[in-house]
Amino acid sequence: MSTLTALARAQALATGAAQPIATVRHLHLADRPLVFVPLTMAGEANAPLAALVGADPEHPRLLIVPQPRNRDQRFAFAAALAAELLPYVDGLRGVAEAVPIDRGRDVRHRYVDAPQLLVPNAAGISFVRLFGRSTRFRRTDGDYPVHPSVPLLGRWLTFLADRAEHPGSSTLLAMTDALTLHWATGQSAMEDQNLAALLGWISPPPGVSGVVAAAEAEDPAIWPPAGPVTDPGFDNERLAPAIAAYEAALDDEGARLLAYAELERLLRGQLQPTWELMWRGVALLRALPPGARVEPRWAADRDAFTDYANYVESEESYPQPRRDGAVAAAQRLDRLERAQASYAAQRAYDDPLVMAGHRLTGEAFAGVVTMAKPDRVDDTGKRPVLRPRIMVLTSDPVLMAPGAALYSPARPSQKGTVVFVTPAPDGAKTEVVLELSGGMGRSLTPPPGSVPEVGERITYTTLSEAYRPGASFPAREETPWTHGGPPTDHVPTERDATEDWS
Amino acid sequence: MLAWRIRSKWARVTELEQRLARLRGPVPPRRHNARTIAALTGNPGCTRRAVLDSAGVDKQRIAAHVGFPAQSGQSRFAIARGNVFEAQVKADGAAELLRLLRERLGLPIPEVSYDDLDTPDAPDGPDGPEARHARSRELLTGAAGRADAAGLLFDHPLLRLDVAGQPVYLEPDLIALQVEGRFHVVEIKSFAVIDDQADPAKVSAAATQAAVYVLALRQLLTEAGHDPELVSHNVVLVCPRDFSNRPTAALLDVRKQLGTLRRQLSRMARIDALLDQVPEALSFDLAPDTAGAPTRTPAELAAALAAVEARYAPECLSACELAYFCRHEAAGATAALGKSVREELGGIESVEVVLALAAGDRTPTEEQAEAAALLRTAARLRAEALS
Ligand code: SF4
Repeated sequence: MSTLTALARAQALATGAAQPIATVRHLHLADRPLVFVPLTMAGEANAPLAALVGADPEHPRLLIVPQPRNRDQRFAFAAALAAELLPYVDGLRGVAEAVPIDRGRDVRHRYVDAPQLLVPNAAGISFVRLFGRSTRFRRTDGDYPVHPSVPLLGRWLTFLADRAEHPGSSTLLAMTDALTLHWATGQSAMEDQNLAALLGWISPPPGVSGVVAAAEAEDPAIWPPAGPVTDPGFDNERLAPAIAAYEAALDDEGARLLAYAELERLLRGQLQPTWELMWRGVALLRALPPGARVEPRWAADRDAFTDYANYVESEESYPQPRRDGAVAAAQRLDRLERAQASYAAQRAYDDPLVMAGHRLTGEAFAGVVTMAKPDRVDDTGKRPVLRPRIMVLTSDPVLMAPGAALYSPARPSQKGTVVFVTPAPDGAKTEVVLELSGGMGRSLTPPPGSVPEVGERITYTTLSEAYRPGASFPAREETPWTHGGPPTDHVPTERDATEDWS
Repeated sequence: MLAWRIRSKWARVTELEQRLARLRGPVPPRRHNARTIAALTGNPGCTRRAVLDSAGVDKQRIAAHVGFPAQSGQSRFAIARGNVFEAQVKADGAAELLRLLRERLGLPIPEVSYDDLDTPDAPDGPDGPEARHARSRELLTGAAGRADAAGLLFDHPLLRLDVAGQPVYLEPDLIALQVEGRFHVVEIKSFAVIDDQADPAKVSAAATQAAVYVLALRQLLTEAGHDPELVSHNVVLVCPRDFSNRPTAALLDVRKQLGTLRRQLSRMARIDALLDQVPEALSFDLAPDTAGAPTRTPAELAAALAAVEARYAPECLSACELAYFCRHEAAGATAALGKSVREELGGIESVEVVLALAAGDRTPTEEQAEAAALLRTAARLRAEALS
């Protein structure tokens, strides 16, 4: 929470409506996202109870588990979910594009699209991860055979859940996270986890204030929880009798069908409102123009998708291990940290409102160029180099010291080194002199437009978009003994395949 | 001299008891259990909660009567699963549990005797909680003196803890395990541990509840003249493993939770100091008629609540029955938006003041000056980026 966002929350409370904290969309929104609203059985370990799933807002597919403690029915649910997800994933593998690599000497191919799964909240992402975990090791032969689609579903769900931890990835998103990235409400972050309340603030019904809409959204009788946990009142008063009726009717075909239909009706009633909220969220996000760096991030998602799709199809492919080995875990952490830093920089570059947050904390300033020496040459070294200088006048607090390297979203490949920071004669503003290098070609005269001109409004920040090389790690087979030694390949065992699920 | 001191202390205790009884009205105080005691640490700075809990007021009923009922209740599926799991772990003299303790935790338990301290009587039955507690105390303190290495398991011991000067009996579904002369509290929970990972919020709630038992067990040993350190600060958490019904166990260090709990309990032990700040005539008596319906008006009770200072934070929503009332009351306070929001707004309490300072419509006081400058810059930057 930054002061800028905190102020937006205060403004939201005073005006009764959520306030924007972004001017562009910072995530990719697929043309056909797959929306998934799961419910679980209370008390059980991630046991599915029901779900609505689909890419068509008008025609969700309802999946239910009439006896959630029945193992076979759980796997039947998994197979039914696979029948929705796997064709969706496969349908995105039609067209690939050539991407030059190795300085243009070679190409590799990546799919032009990738899956995007949308769930209501962070707990929905946990459901995806755990459901992937409980299905990916299953076998299609042996003691408890499952449908071949079940382990494959598990691997794709695990892929999506792993990817969701990657900052800036859009393949699996929680709607609450997606919305709170762009709007601040007049309630707490904890209350924002309730999708109905959050949307009550962002798009309240006409004539209703956000506070009132959000309060109504907290009544489980009006707005069932967005899952995966169900409302205890619903469990006790409606679900339990309906499950009991189904169990009592097992020997009577007609009664069983009726009881099944009643369960479907009840569970659809719990899911449908959230389903509609999900698409309202999609529409709100779609109305925002995408940030310029959203597409390159989505390309990274497409790379990951292409790689994983190829891996799944290769001969020697295994489900993801239960836990990463020491080297893999360290590499992953390093990757996530670097992704986090570049994601933060990219959002600031794409969005003046995000940049404003960095200006407030002194990591950036914006101002007007008041002086420029575009053809200044530094000839103190072996060979003369072009080192233009500019002076920027700003009203922002400037905390950078001489020597600091700054970058401007307008010219990302150019570095500005701080030479002087002095209070302007009027006392309220600050003058910053910067020496520029890079992004101006090789000659000693800068190409037009490559050096900021007098009068230009410009922003400089310490946030850099430059590629950060990863730390180096020992190869997998050289994992030191202090970290458990080289891991063995995780080949699923009989025990994995037959583990209990009760 | 000594006699006088004792009498005066006695007089103060009864005076306090009378005061708390007046606050509560002519109904028995609400019984605490490990969960409610653990919940006391949720918002330690709140006087309202400390006063109501000390008096044993039924916050749930009060909240409902003033029009802000708490969303409560537990799914019967969850309760059923919890009961099944616990019964399974304890079956056959806790055979499954012992295997785990040996294998997973490497506790050297050669041979174990198992004592179920439960009596068929309810705690209020002819035996009464005092008698049951006495029996637990006898067995537990007896064991504390023994030096033999054999393990001892105690199921359903009835422990006691003082909350705001009142003895509270804790009827845990726990087992106290003694091995090599040291006691470990065993807490059985039915949330899953999958690939050695569990929901951190659930683990931390379990740790706080287990800490309540550690504290009560330590108090019992101290009173019998034993070293409280005989009770380990490492508790044994038993949960279902992965997606199965089979248990797994882990040791959990609850020192941090013990500290928080002790602080809150000692704050409540000094409840008389807190009571000095509230009106003498204050009462949360619902004054039920013969049919049990409250006769006092909601407005009257709401005014009584308002007379005791609260400290609402969004965390109350999952920890206190009065949360919706207090949230409503705190409308317009920056704290209601979250602790971090309030901090980012320079600690200024009211949203209205924040916005006035940000707009430059209000002259900041001396201690607001820094926050005001930041807020003005923030407002300027937001407006500029949104224009
Ligand atoms: S809900 Fe109210 S009474 Fe309860 S802890 Fe929070 S502020 Fe105190």
